[in-house]
Amino acid sequence: MTDPATTDPATTDPIGIEIRNLYKIFGANPEAHVAAVRAGMTKAELQARHQHVLGLSDINIQVAPGSIQVIMGLSGSGKSTLIRHINRLIEPTAGEIVIEGRNVVAMPQAELRAFRRHKTAMVFQKFGLLPHRTVLDNAAYGLEVQGIPQAERYRTAMRWIERVGLSGFEKSYPSQLSGGMQQRVGLARALANDAPILLMDEAYSALDPLIRYDMQTVLLDLQQEVRKTIVFITHDLDEALRIGDRIALLRDGSVIQQGTAQDIVLRPADDYVANFVQHVDRGKVLKVGAVMQARHGFDAPEAALPDAALPDAAIAPEASIAEALQQMAASRLQALRVQDPQGHTIGVIPFQAAINAYTGQHGGQHDGQHDGRQA
Amino acid sequence: MTWLTSFPQLKSAWLRELQRVIDDGFRSFTRSHGDMIEGLFSPLQTMLIWFERLLLGTPWLLVLAVVAALAWGASRSLRVVIGSVLTLVLIGLFGMWDDTMKTISMVLAATLLSIAIGLPLGILMARSQRVQRIISPILDIMQTMPSFVYLIPVVMLLGIGRVPGLIAVVIYAIPPMIRLTNLGIRQVDREVLEATDAFGSSAWQKLVKAQLPLALPTIMAGINQTIMMALAMVVIASMIGVQGLGQPVLRAISNQYFTLGLFNGFAIVGIAILFDRISQAWGKRLQKHQEASHD
Ligand SMILES: Nc1ncnc2c1ncn2[C@@H]1O[C@H](COP(=O)(O)OP(=O)(O)OP(=O)(O)O)[C@@H](O)[C@H]1O
Ligand SMILES: [Mg+2]
Repeated sequence: MTDPATTDPATTDPIGIEIRNLYKIFGANPEAHVAAVRAGMTKAELQARHQHVLGLSDINIQVAPGSIQVIMGLSGSGKSTLIRHINRLIEPTAGEIVIEGRNVVAMPQAELRAFRRHKTAMVFQKFGLLPHRTVLDNAAYGLEVQGIPQAERYRTAMRWIERVGLSGFEKSYPSQLSGGMQQRVGLARALANDAPILLMDEAYSALDPLIRYDMQTVLLDLQQEVRKTIVFITHDLDEALRIGDRIALLRDGSVIQQGTAQDIVLRPADDYVANFVQHVDRGKVLKVGAVMQARHGFDAPEAALPDAALPDAAIAPEASIAEALQQMAASRLQALRVQDPQGHTIGVIPFQAAINAYTGQHGGQHDGQHDGRQA
Repeated sequence: MTWLTSFPQLKSAWLRELQRVIDDGFRSFTRSHGDMIEGLFSPLQTMLIWFERLLLGTPWLLVLAVVAALAWGASRSLRVVIGSVLTLVLIGLFGMWDDTMKTISMVLAATLLSIAIGLPLGILMARSQRVQRIISPILDIMQTMPSFVYLIPVVMLLGIGRVPGLIAVVIYAIPPMIRLTNLGIRQVDREVLEATDAFGSSAWQKLVKAQLPLALPTIMAGINQTIMMALAMVVIASMIGVQGLGQPVLRAISNQYFTLGLFNGFAIVGIAILFDRISQAWGKRLQKHQEASHD
């Protein structure tokens, strides 16, 4: 990553993605039904009455520059459809996608091509590798299309082939590799492009748990080095919680809930979301900072606790509640002081609140500092 | 009651008059435009003569070596190489070398021309639903017509000789080239094309980096069929003066020269098998890495 090309600020400055009022209807005459869908017609009704498929309905998502946005949802909920709109592999029926002040939906062909070459890179659920090309030539494809000379693109591609653990296979053909290996070729191809936006459609689904964990680490490390804006589709909640800054949940083409992992686990919007998160290890996922009673702010206890009343033992807000519970149990405490890295006390976490959050009971539980429920 | 037993045809005077009018019209058309038409096709004449000189002028040992090299390059199989060389050696021993070279040069010229015309047409057809709707029925008609029906209009316009022969051969042999190019490109996996789109490929990059290479095995099958049909038609086109193995066969049929027919017939079968083996082996080798990737 010490390549001169990658230190050019124009290509590495993270850029955000703004999806506004996006609709996608599949069928013979989609425009005719947008109004009905806007007025609240459901996917099932549209299918039954007009034989059109509602792909996406009123999607509004803002992906902050340099963040990882996870998209989750059951099969057929519209995840792949949504991610394909970001580089306009699918034309929307209505709505806009704004990136760097430009509406992707309205770009003329030449500009769209340049945008795809330099701003985005994509990993496909079904790999989308060129079967007649070697691993090396597949990984270098994006650079080749950009017109980068062979020696240079091979150098860059080789680096990424190594990084995804496929050294020695660069002369192989995709058909000679396992599904997981092909998936990693797709990943190397996308990363070699060094685009500020990475679109990953179930990029890790074909990987076994160990390699999957490795590849998550590669992605997180990469995020430390060069901040990319990543849209990441996954079925795996643990993966979503590990890498996602924010999560959006889709059902039947609509966003049911979006927010941080903490928001979604602590305050599922409905049963669909609750089902999604029910098997998660809450003790590990939930952070003290999201569960504590804040000292300042709307929900701080009236007549804020005097310092003297606070326990001496302290814990960081990033610690998990499992750790908090362990600490309290070990030293037989009823509460812990929550202390930020500067040493300021920012709240308190009572044993009961931690237990409630852990077991998922709402009784007596205090909302966190921020309201997680988003529009 | 004669009108029941013999078909009531037009008065023969009328028919004669009709024929005369059409013939005159046609004759005056060729008289005034014949030179222009011939001039139009003269590059073909040059190409044909060049090919024939090349094959006839090259020492036979060199021709054998080139065929062996081609066979090896295409198939990597010693059996195909030996078979090809042996076929040509036998043909030469039986005194049919020159005729065979003429036939092969004609088939090569016709095949190259068919590829040069058929490939772009096939690509165009794959890219546009409209072009496909126009070309498809034309190809259907071309393929249902008996082969020597093509000879009639060509001879009328250009007379007898190599060039009209070549044109008739190309018209007859080109449909599989167009069809299979179209099919091959349309069969390319949608996912793969989507990926090339996602990386910002232009239409041209998509064509040369993904569609054509992935369609190549199918296109090769088209070339194989085109070669075989060209060979068949080159034999038939001997009726309008195309030289080569067809002429002795024609003579043998009309004069009942049994041995002459047999020898030349075998020579034709021999080079047919040779062409077929080499071009098929090549197509197979191209396909090596393209078996559906398991996911
Ligand atoms: N080209 C199309 N024509 C008609 N309907 C389509 C088309 N593409 C997608 N759909 C429909 O849109 C819906 C969403 O499909 P999509 O592929 O986005 O789902 P997904 O969330 O990615 O599912 P999975 O987890 O299985 O990949 C499905 O109901 C599907 O049938
Ligand atoms: Mg999908």
